[in-house]
Amino acid sequence: MKMKGSQAFVKCLEEQGVEVIFGFPGGAVIDLYDELLNADKLTHVLVRHEQAAVHAADAYGRVKGEVGVALVTSGPGATNTVTGIASAYCDSIPMVVFTGQVPTMLIGNDAFQEVDIVGITRPVTKHNYLVKKPEDLIPTIREAFHLARSGRPGPVLVDLPKDVIGAMVSYTEPKPIKMRTYKPTYEPHPGQIEKACKTILKARKPVLYVGGGVINANASQAVTELAKKLDIPVTMTLMGLGGFPGTDQLSMGMLGMHGTYYANMAVANCDLLIAVGARFDDRVTGRIDAFAPNAKVIHVDIDPSSISKNVRVDIPIVADCLHAVTAMNTWFDGSKEFTKKAAKEQHKEWHKQIKEWKNRHPLGYVEESDIIKPQFVVQKLHELTKGDAIITTEVGQNQMWAAQFYHFNKPRHFMTSGGLGVMGYGFPAAIGAQMAAPKQTVIDIAGDGSIQMNIQELATARQYKCPVKIAILNNNYLGMVRQWQELFYDKKYAHTTLDVAPDFVKLAEAYGAVGLRATKPSEVEPVIKEALKTKNTVIMDFVISREEGVYPMVPAGKATTEMLLV
Amino acid sequence: MKHTISVLLQNKPGVLSRVTGLFSGRGFNIDSLSVAETLEKDVSCLTLVTHGDEAIIEQITKQLHKLIDVIKVTDMAEHDHVEREMAIIRVKAESNTRAEVLRVIDIFRGKVVDVSPKSYVVEVTGSKTKVQAIIDILRPIGIQEIVRTGAIAITRGKKF
Ligand SMILES: Cc1cc2nc3c(=O)[nH]c(=O)nc-3n(C[C@H](O)[C@H](O)[C@H](O)COP(=O)(O)OP(=O)(O)OC[C@H]3O[C@@H](n4cnc5c(N)ncnc54)[C@H](O)[C@@H]3O)c2cc1C
Ligand SMILES: Cc1ncc(C[n+]2csc(CCOP(=O)(O)OP(=O)(O)O)c2C)c(N)n1
Ligand SMILES: [Mg+2]
Repeated sequence: MKMKGSQAFVKCLEEQGVEVIFGFPGGAVIDLYDELLNADKLTHVLVRHEQAAVHAADAYGRVKGEVGVALVTSGPGATNTVTGIASAYCDSIPMVVFTGQVPTMLIGNDAFQEVDIVGITRPVTKHNYLVKKPEDLIPTIREAFHLARSGRPGPVLVDLPKDVIGAMVSYTEPKPIKMRTYKPTYEPHPGQIEKACKTILKARKPVLYVGGGVINANASQAVTELAKKLDIPVTMTLMGLGGFPGTDQLSMGMLGMHGTYYANMAVANCDLLIAVGARFDDRVTGRIDAFAPNAKVIHVDIDPSSISKNVRVDIPIVADCLHAVTAMNTWFDGSKEFTKKAAKEQHKEWHKQIKEWKNRHPLGYVEESDIIKPQFVVQKLHELTKGDAIITTEVGQNQMWAAQFYHFNKPRHFMTSGGLGVMGYGFPAAIGAQMAAPKQTVIDIAGDGSIQMNIQELATARQYKCPVKIAILNNNYLGMVRQWQELFYDKKYAHTTLDVAPDFVKLAEAYGAVGLRATKPSEVEPVIKEALKTKNTVIMDFVISREEGVYPMVPAGKATTEMLLV
Repeated sequence: MKHTISVLLQNKPGVLSRVTGLFSGRGFNIDSLSVAETLEKDVSCLTLVTHGDEAIIEQITKQLHKLIDVIKVTDMAEHDHVEREMAIIRVKAESNTRAEVLRVIDIFRGKVVDVSPKSYVVEVTGSKTKVQAIIDILRPIGIQEIVRTGAIAITRGKKF
């Protein structure tokens, strides 16, 4: 069937199951936008800055477990997406970003709004394409989706010259994609599974270290089954939160720089570390030679290059988390050597030890009666949403308090920019999440600094009737940096005080949203209740104790046992 | 340690910059690089020489593999292989040294590929050490200009 490139573009998106795209128009993509008017199965969300389109697509994809899609124009439209793409790349998020490009005959001529976006994004995409010929348009779009969602997911960029979109192409029905060079390994090697399981059986002090790959692979249930079957304590990375129920007895919460005392102590003292879909990031390991120094390491990861990159691995398992963990569960179920009772008995001392650590330094903070503590706000949010909300975060202290005190029980309920740490991620991400789950409560736990990086999206939230709630933990500081200055730079607060700040309540109102403020602990609950009741977009401005710190904290470069505590 | 790595790639626009970008972005070293078509028109073979400890070489091969356009990565250190470099050298050859230059070229099984009254252009192939050796010997006589390729390598055929 012959049709215009722009028409084929829309048809390909529909055929890939895309329902919502986030974007911003311009000259190079005006044909595509014109065609979107005829696309009744696609909702286009007009953001107010292209970076926001990408973050929104990121969270949309994460909530749905699908590929998020963004569409922008050439030149500045394209360059504005770079931060969002890089964030998705660091966090292994499936996404396809379409950028407009000048007509092919002008490429390389420094044409108006021409940038080499394929060159610019090469190191921050899983793969990218410049479509030079009309006949390549359809196969390239299909391949892009295939790459984005399979294997280790990631963002893929497709650069579309204006003449390619305008040309006639012939549409054929999609076929399964075969690529000569790209075949991710999903199935684990049975020998490695057996080796891993036998090692697990012998361990007296095992720890399960759950990462973002478990969320990607929809393997939370399988992981939960494994942990319970063998009575193994679990810790999660920032990206892995929700991969195992945070309120379960076996959960030790997050590990790493701002992880719990007991999770870090358990990892430092374990005899077996079972890493599933986690990548041994330096925020997690601290000083590398002091990380799990006495442990054998089993590592399940779909990307061979993640294995033995930072930490030597004894039993590598290249596979999808779901396939690998399911295979382990099956192995234990069929094994004569394994009984639940024996496993429980074998780990009894270990659990006792962990409990002792937990009692010694539980996760906590110093409560005060006249000033709002940020941790208290997050606890209240958890309580009043019954732990069921979708939480996004900005970056900094707000992000860490969210991770520590909103005990996530389900996967795909926590969206944060983990690897790149992008201030300004949370609010557009909340919009994306809300578009994916219109009935859910979506809350952006924000800092007063970060929220200003994409505050313009209040207009988007209002336009698409996204009743997202923004909870600003307002310390009037770039708090996380201030904390480092307090601890390591003699309290010299170089450029971390936000001397001029907007009135967030009035700001919300200026956009037709609702603004609420709490300045005393007693106001926290009423404000949250009011916000949750409101069908509109709401900013909650919580004026918190200004110099509150995030603890525990492992100073950069130190061993994870060298924690600064509350 | 030095490693010669052979990479088969799909011959697509920008593929070379994906490889070199990977090396510069991750702080790996490239000592030399050479690329050309293979028997298959849309497949290129890239031979690169790099160095690093075992963990680095492991990351290099894994990261190369991860590039979507890469078909195959072979670390020649793991195989019995033949490796060659080539140099083209314009060396001073005046009446008093012409004979000496020819003798050296002959010893190294080089070839004179251009002759002028005061110089020869010499072509020599071999291992890196051999190429370096002829350069070292010709240098005192007077090398005017030199161009060298990176190494190329191929695995040996099965012996049985
Ligand atoms: C201010 C700040 C502080 C931070 N502090 C901490 C902290 O204290 N603790 C902490 O944990 N993090 C912290 N982080 C986050 C940290 O930077 C990393 O983003 C995070 O630790 C990485 O999580 P992960 O190891 O689960 O890897 P991810 O980035 O989620 O990577 C997933 C891994 O799983 C693999 N994978 C993907 N899909 C699959 C699949 N289907 N099957 C198998 N494998 C798969 C991938 O190849 C990859 O190796 C902080 C970030 C910021 C911004
Ligand atoms: C785009 C960007 N710029 C700078 C930083 C460095 N940075 C990390 S946390 C932080 C402070 C964030 O302040 P705020 O949003 O108020 O959060 P708080 O730490 O006070 O909760 C800064 C500047 C960053 N992560 N992202
Ligand atoms: Mg702040």
